[in-house]
Amino acid sequence: MKKLNKTGQGYLLNTLVIIVLFTAFQLITAAVGSQGSFKLVLAPCLWQCCYLMILAASLNLVLGFLGQLSLGHCGFMAVGAYTAALLSLACQRAGVYEDKSGAVFILVLFACVIAAGLLAALIGLLVGIPALRLKGDYLAIITLGFGMIIINIINNLPFCGQDGLAQGSAAASLYKNGLGFGTKSKVEFLWAAILVTIISVTLMFMFIRSKYGRAIRAIRDDEIAASASGINTSYYKVLTFAYSAFFAGVAGALYSCANATLSTSSFAFTNGGILNSTFVVVMVVLGGMGSLTGSVVAAVIMFVVNYQIKNGAWVAALPASLQAVFQYPMLVYAIMLIVVIMFRPMGIFGSYEFSLVNLRGDIRAALAHKAAARAERKGVKSHG
Amino acid sequence: MDERIPVLETRKLGISFGGLKAVNDFNIKIYPGELVGLIGPNGAGKTTVFNLLTGVYVPTEGTVILNGQPLNGKKTYQFVEAGVARTFQNIRLFRQMTVIDNVKAAFTKDIRYNLFDASFRTKKYWDTEKRITDKAMELLEICGLADKANELAASLPYGRQRKLEIARALATDMKLLLLDEPAAGMNPTETAELLACINTIRERFGVAILLIEHDMSLVMNICERIQVIDYGQTIASGLPAEIASNPRVIAAYLGE
Repeated sequence: MKKLNKTGQGYLLNTLVIIVLFTAFQLITAAVGSQGSFKLVLAPCLWQCCYLMILAASLNLVLGFLGQLSLGHCGFMAVGAYTAALLSLACQRAGVYEDKSGAVFILVLFACVIAAGLLAALIGLLVGIPALRLKGDYLAIITLGFGMIIINIINNLPFCGQDGLAQGSAAASLYKNGLGFGTKSKVEFLWAAILVTIISVTLMFMFIRSKYGRAIRAIRDDEIAASASGINTSYYKVLTFAYSAFFAGVAGALYSCANATLSTSSFAFTNGGILNSTFVVVMVVLGGMGSLTGSVVAAVIMFVVNYQIKNGAWVAALPASLQAVFQYPMLVYAIMLIVVIMFRPMGIFGSYEFSLVNLRGDIRAALAHKAAARAERKGVKSHG
Repeated sequence: MDERIPVLETRKLGISFGGLKAVNDFNIKIYPGELVGLIGPNGAGKTTVFNLLTGVYVPTEGTVILNGQPLNGKKTYQFVEAGVARTFQNIRLFRQMTVIDNVKAAFTKDIRYNLFDASFRTKKYWDTEKRITDKAMELLEICGLADKANELAASLPYGRQRKLEIARALATDMKLLLLDEPAAGMNPTETAELLACINTIRERFGVAILLIEHDMSLVMNICERIQVIDYGQTIASGLPAEIASNPRVIAAYLGE
């Protein structure tokens, strides 16, 4: 066999580790899956973490790597969520599958995820072509507007939105026949959510470690120089926007699985929950603009913070004034963002990407850096 | 000399911003391998000419012809595809990218693999990436930056940033290189190094160079021909010796 170079070894190692972790996870799920706390708390939380990770990582492509502020990301997620939900219901009605089990259902599930991504990417393309002619604040405002328009259109379509999937019998039908999973199915199909997350993040990683990643980082750093280096800036911007929307759509599909009902208000800009385009921006900034690792970690952090604020037992023990603050989670996120920007403006990870192969070297470099800083401080002290 | 096809030819090139004619009736012909200087007092319109020649500005009059191909209405990246590359007066690097990625980014237009190849790391992807990494290292070696390949571009000292900009321009495989004040802010050693670098480039790649520069000794030394502009108008053009003794040029620089 041909001897692998360092990159090849890295890929092999990563694949092996992912397979081992995934198998271990499967075994654990099989062992404890029927226990109450896992079924009722952990599994739903993992579902939420999965789609938040994909969402944050996909926004990072636009915000961190392309350097364009988009505030309409949840709009694409809504497109994905509704596509997946409606497609699954249509399949059920057409008799493709009877109940939520079996190989055919799994095929439908993955088909729904891909279809959700594709439609979201198409909408991303349509939004991106006019919107990306603008920059900075103007782009932020126009994407915010497009996000709201998407939500409003979905709201007013007769077969989905307010009168469709959100309420009454239609909502029940999503839960009963469509992708809306109950607690038992959430445990049963947890592997699918995790697999989709792994594949999505890997694909995004492959994207940024290729000519596409180089081109869009070049555009972020200096657009004029990028076009003077022969990069077709509008093409790569729109492509990245659509690619990012694709994964927002995939995240939306997972969202529709994790929820028994769909309501456009959960994707709206005014939503006070965790699904709000600005909170996704907070996740990306917290994790580090330009680090997919950062986005994935920050998505989990933000989820845990959000969960603790809403459900943590310790909240009740706090003084009343602090509890009042926690009534408005947005305040907490705002404070988090301010703290991050004050003390670590590049985010937790900066542009660092976690790598198993380089881990030892990275730790050694970090320790050496720390030791050097300490020695310098000592030196200053003894001289001073 | 004149029967050859010029790399660059402009015909009656001009641009107005509102009522102000920043550049007017600009005609130049540059032949393969030539080194031409473009000089003029501050605000004469030299950088505007560069912006016209690279498609950053759309001319209000006249045409730019590159290798016999008119480029009216084309975008900057299409100018680059046609074979013109530039450096900037105030250095514009991809500062948060490594030195080698700066050069590799400029190869983007030559990379033929698609999203599928990138996503699944096909053989085409690996072959292409290896080829452009080798090419990028070669260019970095020419510009004396090979030892800094994996450092951030922003961390390079000024002189080497300028060289990296040239290396990046070379990566676009151009026929004509536009250098906008390459020696500005450099000390004499750095300038000498830069000169050596420019000479290597001319020998190795046979490219034509159009150079904006304020350092007169440098311009007079290395340029084969010089064109002088003032207030957007060409006031003189010819050999360095002729330019140095041209009364209109002296008047433009020193005032009458």
